[in-house]
Amino acid sequence: MRFLSLAGRNIKEIYRDPAAVIMGVIMPAVLLLLFASMGQGAAPVDIFTVDGLTPAVTVFSFGFLTLFSAMLLARDRESAFLTRLLIAPLKATDFILAYMLPFLPVAALQIVVCLTAGSLMGMKAGFSWAPFLVVMFILAVACIGIGMILGSLFSVNMAPPAGSLVVVIIGLFGGVWMPLKQVGGIFGAVGYALPFAHAVDAARAIVKGAGMGDITVELYWLLGYTVLFFLLGVFFFRWKTKQ
Amino acid sequence: MMNDHGEWYSIQTFDLTRKYGARTAVNSINLSIKQGELFSLLGPNGAGKTTTIKMLSCLLKPTAGTAVVMGHDIQKTPAAVKQILNVSPQETAIAGRLTAWENLLMMGGVYGLSKEMAKKRAKELLALFDLTARAGEQVRKFSGGMQRRLSIAMALISDPQVLFLDEPTLGLDPQSRRAMWQQIEKLKGEKTILLTTHYLEEVDALADRVAIIKEGEVVALGTPDELKENLQGMQTMVVRAQNLTMEIAAGLKKIYPHTKMKESGLEIRAKELIFDDIVDYLRENNVKINWLSMKEPSLDDVFLSLTGKEGATDEVS
Repeated sequence: MRFLSLAGRNIKEIYRDPAAVIMGVIMPAVLLLLFASMGQGAAPVDIFTVDGLTPAVTVFSFGFLTLFSAMLLARDRESAFLTRLLIAPLKATDFILAYMLPFLPVAALQIVVCLTAGSLMGMKAGFSWAPFLVVMFILAVACIGIGMILGSLFSVNMAPPAGSLVVVIIGLFGGVWMPLKQVGGIFGAVGYALPFAHAVDAARAIVKGAGMGDITVELYWLLGYTVLFFLLGVFFFRWKTKQ
Repeated sequence: MMNDHGEWYSIQTFDLTRKYGARTAVNSINLSIKQGELFSLLGPNGAGKTTTIKMLSCLLKPTAGTAVVMGHDIQKTPAAVKQILNVSPQETAIAGRLTAWENLLMMGGVYGLSKEMAKKRAKELLALFDLTARAGEQVRKFSGGMQRRLSIAMALISDPQVLFLDEPTLGLDPQSRRAMWQQIEKLKGEKTILLTTHYLEEVDALADRVAIIKEGEVVALGTPDELKENLQGMQTMVVRAQNLTMEIAAGLKKIYPHTKMKESGLEIRAKELIFDDIVDYLRENNVKINWLSMKEPSLDDVFLSLTGKEGATDEVS
């Protein structure tokens, strides 16, 4: 249980950075309120209704998990703090858990804040929570996995722009701000070759009343990518720390 | 392992070697460090000091050879080695947004200490390193010297039998460096300490024994006094004068290659210094001598003669 000490430190590092909390938790909710108020009563397509925006913005907010985890890992790697930890009697699983678990409460906070903002704007509340949380949990692990990859490979200066790029990719290719199926073409093809559009589709479908059985295709896409990102994250972390 | 005099060795290396491709960073080093000893690895940047520490702390696998730390082979039982040693890395390795108290408790948890024990040790260490008054502040606001003290305190939280201090005073101002020496002095005898540095005064002030490393190899080993004794006959003359120019110093450098202009004055080193000739030369060049002294061999002279490089001092050379 030695990882708990390190995980506790990582939680404090995240929550004591007010800029990060504002960017990752409050900004997506503000965007949601803005877009939902703009689309109220005059939404040209379904995605700009509050029921369409709320689940999509929740997915979008998880991009900040990538940004935060990449920044934390890159900073620790370069500051020799990680060297100190690698000399300590910690196992590989201790590191992975300590750098992954602290971000799950952040994800939970993002869900709560986004759904609260959506509810204030009149989102319907009668959807099934369990599949929504399953999708979000899997997506959170995927985003943290990407963060581990970026934090392992990039310097402390390069990790933030690389993480920000992932936030942009989720926004654009996830179909958060545009109807990806209607846009189609290469843009749509790239979007649906990545996991984020599937996560957005699954979350929107659940809010509309779908159950686990209705989102199996999206879940497979998401799970496949999550396993890939997570394994690559572990691989690059171990590879870099052995150098 | 015990030596012929009944003394215990905390660390022994056996042809310890590390190569990076074609480059040999550490070449077949054999060291025996006694229990409770403060042993220093002295060498210029890139000599292999940090690589040696990384191998001994199981962070890096040796290419050849091995080492034994408190009876545990670093290759065969790294987990046991990691449990009994601790390291204060070269860069300040602390969690910036945590307080000093939280940093210490966190490291205690990482080393498996109970909460009560970690708190007890943290209190002791904060007092030992004069950090009690600032224990509740986030450490990113600390000065460089305070961060280094905390970094060493964090390495001591597990009460290690062996402590590696990798360049503990690097980048500190002379005052903070001397304050740090006092803290390290307090640990002498209690722990086996392996200190890497390129500050000669640090070795002179702290080390029981020193190994001078050059290009990955040990070129000298002994107490600081023993190493200085080997240079009997080496003389150093320091001259402070008016009208002393780089051209005049260059003229002396032709006769005495180890001539250098320092803030403290003109420094001339040689096995045989001819006092009259130097003074005559300076006078002929209209140099007005204000002050002149002859020095006994220093560790700096030892270092220079063995590595061909000047050691780092507080002076600007």
